[in-house]
Amino acid sequence: MSHPLSLAAVALVCLTTLVVGGLGLRLSRRTSDFYVAGRTVSPRLNASAIGGEYLSAASFLGVAGLVYGVGVDMLWVPVGYTLGYLVLLVMVAAPMRRSGAYTLPDFAEARLGSLPVRRVSSILVVAIGWLYLVPQFQGASLTLTLVSGAPSWVGGLVVMVVIAAAVGAGGMRSITFVQAVQYWVKLTALAVPAFVLLALWFRDGHPSPTVPDGWSIPLAPTAPDDHPVYRTTSTVLALSLGTMGLPHVLVRYYTNPDGVGARRTTVTVVALLGTFYLLPPVYAALGRLAFPVLPEGVRSDSVVLRLPGELVGGLGGDVLTAMLAGGAFAAFLSTASGLTMSVTGVLDQEVLRPRLARLTGGDAPGVRGFRFAAVAAVVVPYVVSRASEPLGAATTVGLAFAVAAATFAPLIMLGVWWRRLSTAGALAGLVVGGGATVAALGTTMATDRFTGWPGALLADPGLWAVPLAFATAVVVSLATPGRVPASTTRVLVRLHTPERVRLARSRTHD
Amino acid sequence: MAGSIHWPTAALVAVTMLLLWLGVALMRRSRRRGFISETDRATYATLHTASLASRHLADGLTTETAERAGRHLLSILGAHAVSLATPGSVLSWTGAGDHHRADALALGERTLETGRTVAHGPDDVACADPDCPIRMAVSAPLVSDDLVVGSLTAWTSYSSPGLTRATEEVAAWVSSQLALAELARTRGQVVEAELRALRAQISPHFIYNSLAAIASFVRTEPDRARELLLDFADFTRYALRTGGEFTTLAEELRNVERYLVLEQARFGDRLRVSLLVAPEVLPVTLPYLAVQPLVENAVRHGLAAKEGIGHVTITATDLGAEAEIAVEDDGVGTDPERVRAILDGARTTGSVGLGNVDSRLRQVYGDEFGLVVETAPGAGTRVTFRVPKFAPGVHAQGRPGS
Repeated sequence: MSHPLSLAAVALVCLTTLVVGGLGLRLSRRTSDFYVAGRTVSPRLNASAIGGEYLSAASFLGVAGLVYGVGVDMLWVPVGYTLGYLVLLVMVAAPMRRSGAYTLPDFAEARLGSLPVRRVSSILVVAIGWLYLVPQFQGASLTLTLVSGAPSWVGGLVVMVVIAAAVGAGGMRSITFVQAVQYWVKLTALAVPAFVLLALWFRDGHPSPTVPDGWSIPLAPTAPDDHPVYRTTSTVLALSLGTMGLPHVLVRYYTNPDGVGARRTTVTVVALLGTFYLLPPVYAALGRLAFPVLPEGVRSDSVVLRLPGELVGGLGGDVLTAMLAGGAFAAFLSTASGLTMSVTGVLDQEVLRPRLARLTGGDAPGVRGFRFAAVAAVVVPYVVSRASEPLGAATTVGLAFAVAAATFAPLIMLGVWWRRLSTAGALAGLVVGGGATVAALGTTMATDRFTGWPGALLADPGLWAVPLAFATAVVVSLATPGRVPASTTRVLVRLHTPERVRLARSRTHD
Repeated sequence: MAGSIHWPTAALVAVTMLLLWLGVALMRRSRRRGFISETDRATYATLHTASLASRHLADGLTTETAERAGRHLLSILGAHAVSLATPGSVLSWTGAGDHHRADALALGERTLETGRTVAHGPDDVACADPDCPIRMAVSAPLVSDDLVVGSLTAWTSYSSPGLTRATEEVAAWVSSQLALAELARTRGQVVEAELRALRAQISPHFIYNSLAAIASFVRTEPDRARELLLDFADFTRYALRTGGEFTTLAEELRNVERYLVLEQARFGDRLRVSLLVAPEVLPVTLPYLAVQPLVENAVRHGLAAKEGIGHVTITATDLGAEAEIAVEDDGVGTDPERVRAILDGARTTGSVGLGNVDSRLRQVYGDEFGLVVETAPGAGTRVTFRVPKFAPGVHAQGRPGS
């Protein structure tokens, strides 16, 4: 089937992204009066930008699809996504900002002063970014297939080309204002159709949806050897600790002027995400009403997009579908561009620039390495997204969170709060946590042979892999007291001292 | 497909992988041996150990660096223990027989007095413990700038001419490393001195002109005169503040604003300024007084000599992991050769600020982060530089006065 209106909406979103990317630099406002101090990015604006970048295809389509398909258990998923920011707020937001780190490898270097830890962190940032990009591409291809009937490889390709062009051209870098607008675009695109559909539902005498057994009962096993309590706990843990390890989240925190600003931003983010996540469950419930059984070969991720056509029909349905499709594409583009930016930055800085400089004797313009990196940053996840069995957007995103939770959460939490962390301990934690989660998730993606407990443990490794990584980091650190960096106390004082307090020490001796 | 894993197969696969890995590792090792002779390997190993030790010695001679370097020196010398001492204290003891620390002090004192390599027999190294391997010692001086700054002592059970020679050579090598450390420290001091010089170098013309401009407003616009005086006070406080090599771009730009308000009081409508600043880069940390000298340069050399209206544009853009700051004027411009001479330090008159900012940026961030100047006579001037958003060891100090 083909929806010309939806296609127009998707094209409009892509075009806007490209134009904004091209003109990006000119968007920073020109002033002739000089009030620099009053022009810092306010926590509210920055929070909207974080929301715009963070709310991905997984939130837009995936959560509704999961709740529709699996049941109310899945309401824990948006809770986990939001909880991540609460953990961030309480444990790391302000110290992270005060560290002055721009990326996670920067933080590792600032805290531990160790190049090996920095390298491993860089590899993990790229891996997590790629893992998170895969579902964005899959979601894009799903959306485009649905609205245009195009082959499934086209959607991902469109997002890939648009993102590579926008990032490579030097736009979309960290234009806070653009990402902030994205949040409100997504919210509107999801909220307006939801309210229209709800109004229709009321007019029809609000009928109850038909649900399968166990859909509305929390934590009820769907099969004899299913372990819903373990799976849910594990997922929530991975989501709540994984947020701090996502590369594109930390970058935004740098824009805050100080630690207090970072905390204020986080509070606002929690409010914005909370508002947004009210909507996907509404779609899931309405979906249960419209499609008691999904037609053969239709993925539950597409329920949101199919709803207006089913419940409203006609031109009204087309307009609402176009809104949702445009909003979904905005979600793919904003999340993917933020992630691509982070991955590109790391690839450029750690891999390409040193090589290029050596090959050309230092003559290569910095831009060229950056563009190569941007292409590499999108091609790899696109290929993976074509090759891997589509697992459902929210599930694949969950995998990225699990890896982040088992690697960067120990590094950051112990780095911020524990003065006996040694370089060897941090490295061991990263390697063990990353190795364990990647192995478990790789097995899950490659084969479905495991059911029962082994299956649950492999599919949701958060609950055992995160404590394992923490324990490894702690034990190895305690065993290697000689490898605790000499600068630990100085760094921790800086991380935890509010900016208003002026330290007696006037000069750092690094 | 459902069912549990076939354990025997899994075990077989795991064992095969392990064997393969072992085989590859062994093959690599034997190949490495095959290409390089034993003597060469020993040489390379020693050089490698020396490079490891030199990394620690780069910070000069302290208890911590001595402890760390001692381990590597011990493996080079092949003695039972190695100690490093400065006048009055033993910095480190690496190896067996820690109870000889007191001897180390005494022997070290003698070396420090004579400045010669001395071998000590069992008479000097008395030990009651029959199991203690330490019976002999060779002590060599560490010399820096023709001064004996410490001593290196190797402790063994037997003495040999080889060990004496080796100790002497290693001590000479450590001395040269200490000289390098001293050089690095001096270089840091030079940069600090340059910053101090820049701080003290508010141009007398600027002070005179500002005060004259303020004076001209005292009668006609007393409120504005008061504002200007306060700006002047704030400007001097920032420019003369002590402590803190780094600041944020927001702070630096605020100071530039004060400076420009004062210059505008003097030039009036002849000076037009526009700022184009991406708010994302305002928290970026950069060397203190990195932008203001460039703006002052643009105003003084670009506009003051020119007829009519002059424009100064200050741009700060976000480049992802870096920020780019540009100061542009449409003034008279200069000969590129002259700018090159200033940046090379060959010419000290004229734009002292330009050369100073350039050398400090290079010192902090590396040579690829210096100033880029685009200019030609009559074509205006554009000065650009980039700063990475994160660089190890670079932190802004707290805001003055808040």
